[in-house]
Amino acid sequence: MKKIYILWLRQIKRYSRSKSRILGSLAQPLLFLLALGYGFGSVYQQAGQGNYINFLAPGVIGMSIIFTAVFSGIEIIWDRQFGFLKETLVAPISRLDIMIGRTLGGATVATIQGIIVLSLSLLFGFHPYSWLGIFPAIVIMFLIALLFTSLGTMIASLLEDMQGFQLIMNFLIMPLFFLSGALFPLDGLPKTLSIVIRLDPLSYGIDALRILLINAGHYSLRMDIIVLGAITAVFLWLGSYFFKRIQI
Amino acid sequence: MNSIIEVKNLTKKFDDVTAVDDVSFSVNEGEIFAFLGPNGAGKSTTIKILTTLLNPTGGSVLIDGHNPVQNPDIVRRAFGIVFQDPSLDDELTAWENMEFHGVLYDVPNKLRRERTAQLLKFVDIFERKDDLVKEFSGGMKRRLEIARGLLHHPKIIFLDEPTLGLDPQTRNHMWTYLKELNKNEGTTIFFTTHYMEEAEQIAQRIAIIDNGKIIASGTPQELKQQESVSTLEEAFLSLTGKTIRDESANSKDRMRAMHRLHSKR
Repeated sequence: MKKIYILWLRQIKRYSRSKSRILGSLAQPLLFLLALGYGFGSVYQQAGQGNYINFLAPGVIGMSIIFTAVFSGIEIIWDRQFGFLKETLVAPISRLDIMIGRTLGGATVATIQGIIVLSLSLLFGFHPYSWLGIFPAIVIMFLIALLFTSLGTMIASLLEDMQGFQLIMNFLIMPLFFLSGALFPLDGLPKTLSIVIRLDPLSYGIDALRILLINAGHYSLRMDIIVLGAITAVFLWLGSYFFKRIQI
Repeated sequence: MNSIIEVKNLTKKFDDVTAVDDVSFSVNEGEIFAFLGPNGAGKSTTIKILTTLLNPTGGSVLIDGHNPVQNPDIVRRAFGIVFQDPSLDDELTAWENMEFHGVLYDVPNKLRRERTAQLLKFVDIFERKDDLVKEFSGGMKRRLEIARGLLHHPKIIFLDEPTLGLDPQTRNHMWTYLKELNKNEGTTIFFTTHYMEEAEQIAQRIAIIDNGKIIASGTPQELKQQESVSTLEEAFLSLTGKTIRDESANSKDRMRAMHRLHSKR
């Protein structure tokens, strides 16, 4: 337990010390919130859908979580390249525990990032439906974070170095984000698109956040939680499976 | 004497390359043992197998009486290691790196702090204990790695080219400490180096590996006599030939080069 804690703590310390990383990863969500939020605001209103910033904020929170979480998972590649991974692999601790400690740490970091974006969006005109909804929303954020940190771990265990990183970003993470309904409502979409969106785990995370934060969702909260929970469990399992196979 | 490392007919194959080929040797408890060989001879692969990082293809290994494949955790507690490449977390302080290690090896809190302070004082970085490792010089990092490897009081310490890039002062200081540790605590020392005079001065026994096979072993004296030369360097060259070996650049090297390029200030 203590070993998992120290692995978790390491992730938190590394995060809190890299000010540039915190600021850098806030820039993108802010840009989306401001440019799209204010840019499309009037069109969205005229289409009779209401306040776009309100609609967009949960999506942008989801975005900051998926990027931070995948990146935290992928950090294993750096640890491997710069040697620190060896230090943990020769220590008397099981690989499963290493993976759990790291993943919890990465997921915590991504959740904090999500909370920061949530607070910032409040400054830019986001009004949650109920303040109490924020607490269960944070639990959902953690679930999303856990899912995508495990995905990052899985990717990192399969990649030799950072050269494939750009590929993963463009062909996996970007599509996961853009096809999640983070930016647009899921009603009245072309059939193919709505099927693709149903296959994207992030869709359910963002839908759950919308239900809790603005009381408007596409699927039901129950379904969101079941799908998220199940996929998180599968990804955690896959992540630890691939992590165990890492050879230095 | 008791042998603390016992390697029999060890073989490791990567696809079609045989990195370690039917290697057998043993190291006695309390011995200072040098494992020498040209680049790519199989030294690092052997060390990785001994330290549970790789599984062997064939043969048997016993570390302090335990098999690293079957009982990795018992074996892991028995040794400390200073890797050839850095393995510190640059974003943590020296103290935090020690804490991390101590917790992973179940060193109780109080003892951990005492030993950390004592070891950091010894390697002369106690005053800098709260600085981030990324601000340290190469020599300081090396010293910190050695201190960390000793924190859980291992029975065996593996040092893979520990003195690479160290100045003579630091090298001297480091070996003085390790020899004392060996004398007082009976810690077995297993090291590799490319500095033959270092091996000659420090090692009690030496094994030379080339192309995955052990080609000679004995005391420095015996090796010199066997080849009828006056220094270990000459003995080494006469045994392994004068051809220069190449290790193919792997992705790790490329990555380091990239990192250096980006982190230049």
